[in-house]
Amino acid sequence: MLATFRHGIHPPSHKTAAGSAIKRMAFAEELSVPLGQHIGSPARPLVREGEQVVRGQMIAEADSFVSACIHAPVTGTVSSIGWLPTPQGNRVRGIRIKSERGASQDQMAFEPHPILDSGEDWMRAVSRSGIVGLGGAAFPTHVKLKVPKGRQIDTLVVNGAECEPYLTADHRVMLEWTQDILNGAKRIATVIGAKKILVGIEANKFDAFQHLKESADGDVAIELVKVKYPQGAEKMLIHALLDRKVPAGGLPMDVGVVVSNVQTAAMIERLVVKGLGLVERVLTIAGDAVERPGNYLVPIGTTIRDALDFVGLKSTCDRVVLGGPMMGQAIADLSLPVTKGTGGILALSQSHHRSVQACIRCGHCIEVCPMSLNPALLGRLARVGAHKELAQNNLKDCFECGCCAFVCPSHIPLVQLYRQAKLNARKRAVVG
Amino acid sequence: MKFTAALTLEGSPHMRSGATASAIMWQVNLALVPALGWGIWSFGISALGLVLVTVTASVATEWLITKWQGKSPCISDGSVVLTGLLLAMCLPPALPYWMAVCGAVFAVGIGKHAFGGLGQNVFNPALVGRAMLQAAFPSALTTWTMPFQLDRFTQFHQASMTRPLASAIVDGVSSATPLGAMKFDGVTTDAMQLLVGSVSGSLGETSSWLIVVGGIYLALRHMLNWRIPVSILLVVALLTTVFHIWQPDSYPTAGFMVGSGGLMLGAWFMATDMVTSPVTANGVWLFGAIIACLVVAIRFWGGLPEGVMYAILLANAMVPLIDRFTQPRVFGRRS
Repeated sequence: MLATFRHGIHPPSHKTAAGSAIKRMAFAEELSVPLGQHIGSPARPLVREGEQVVRGQMIAEADSFVSACIHAPVTGTVSSIGWLPTPQGNRVRGIRIKSERGASQDQMAFEPHPILDSGEDWMRAVSRSGIVGLGGAAFPTHVKLKVPKGRQIDTLVVNGAECEPYLTADHRVMLEWTQDILNGAKRIATVIGAKKILVGIEANKFDAFQHLKESADGDVAIELVKVKYPQGAEKMLIHALLDRKVPAGGLPMDVGVVVSNVQTAAMIERLVVKGLGLVERVLTIAGDAVERPGNYLVPIGTTIRDALDFVGLKSTCDRVVLGGPMMGQAIADLSLPVTKGTGGILALSQSHHRSVQACIRCGHCIEVCPMSLNPALLGRLARVGAHKELAQNNLKDCFECGCCAFVCPSHIPLVQLYRQAKLNARKRAVVG
Repeated sequence: MKFTAALTLEGSPHMRSGATASAIMWQVNLALVPALGWGIWSFGISALGLVLVTVTASVATEWLITKWQGKSPCISDGSVVLTGLLLAMCLPPALPYWMAVCGAVFAVGIGKHAFGGLGQNVFNPALVGRAMLQAAFPSALTTWTMPFQLDRFTQFHQASMTRPLASAIVDGVSSATPLGAMKFDGVTTDAMQLLVGSVSGSLGETSSWLIVVGGIYLALRHMLNWRIPVSILLVVALLTTVFHIWQPDSYPTAGFMVGSGGLMLGAWFMATDMVTSPVTANGVWLFGAIIACLVVAIRFWGGLPEGVMYAILLANAMVPLIDRFTQPRVFGRRS
């Protein structure tokens, strides 16, 4: 029996892009690089309109501790510094860069010989490289590596679960950047003082497991976990691998663990040591409305429209999703750019619309909730805005994995109801 | 770029399992067909008529009420047909049709819609209908016909066609159910007969094995919580065995208790009604055990030979409490 967590679902995997090797995506004519594509404060621009930039050059600097530097993804000219759309519907400052004709893929080191003597140096260098969590949260990695005084981290968990259907980018990274992952993980472990490194991989990526196992020396343990969604959620993966439960409202750090995505670990090895910035990332572009699905190394700032043009979009496309189909966000504006947190782009054809029916109390949502919440009850409470009862029933422990809505035979939009309720709770907290 | 069509914006997840509430309801209807077929085969056209009458009356009531409320009728979701079928299955096969109509109207009108419609009702609607009939027409609800009468396919039972409010026709060929025979005459029925269903009783409750077949089919399709029937049947068997060992002359065997009366039908198809059973994993075991204790208590020491209906209705009333006290422990929380 493979290790796993309780509950969860088995959606169809659709991982048809698993066999296609990582391909570089050509530069689009113009790239839109948001200054705030990570959790924390937006970076401060270092360039002016009309200025020439070289791929890899730092164009915006972290403005505070919880922030990340931004580098030019392409050689060219800054065409404008203004507002860019975000998937959330608000606007964020960003730099538009007009690509130079025949721009080189070579990347300039913004700092050719970084000093990496101490943990502090490392954290600074990671921050200067602009590395954030590439698993989707886009939390600045150097912040994660700063272990508060008095805390002990014993284990680094490297997340190679990739449990979202369709997505295969991490799978390819594990196959193609194997050594980078292992070396990067060791560097992280040294900085945070973890003695053990565990790589958790879902059993449907057995080739990646074998590959890592062959390449790893004794310091890194490679573990298979059961194929089940959401196995890749931090709390679920830690529970499966270490049998530790992150307390509600807590962080992995509370149980002595730091979690890093495989691509993040690989990027640390590929970039930080050489003083390079994060200017591109591997992401899966897939879905039945994509002509050439695959895993692409996409320059940050490439618009979704350009990315989809590159892979070929069928006219049947009805929905474009950033991320995986379970937790990803549908977008209407294709001028949105790929950011450091974009794990995938899905173009899906029309699926028949199902009308919402009354809850028949089948209890299937309760059977699948990985947090052991009562989704049906929360949905009912959210609909009437019973904020006190929602808090009592631990709405804030829900991380919106979507298992409940996936199984709901009445098609109740549970996740949307929770999001709205959480938003209302935050508003209420602000008002006081 | 060529692509200019409008994109659909919808919250995640963008994938669904494909299960629908109507599909579940229709599958439950389908799973009732074997036991229902046996009932019609053994009790004849009177029984067939009873099924048609309850289903038609239930559907008509649903249609009228939803129309009156200005909602779009949702007959096609299968839930109201299910109420009609279940009601027919727990009634005496030769119940006067006008009474059956009253039962169906009450079941759907009061049992379901007075509580707010699909998903809102506290009690199993079919059993609410039957409880009303039991209270209003106690003698008709305890008049049982013999199975396998020779003229069952050529002639309606006399009682079936009784005019509304006319005094009930006392029938020559009535018979006792196994539970009645046990309670009032101290006669137990052979277990094999109970399993096959060659006994008298309510329309759809006689063939234990066909009920189990339908129930297992649903359980395998994840449309029925198997823990509920297992809990009910296990606890009934356990309690009965204890009493049987203590006083073999006064108390029947576990096999007789489990196979007789409406227990199989109730355990597999009435107690498992999703709307009126608990949603928590531990709650369903408790729910089953409560029903079992009530069934045993009513059958052994109550005034009625059968107690499944009241047991389930009483347990239905406890569901909100059961749910409240059996909430699963949230991941990463102590309490």
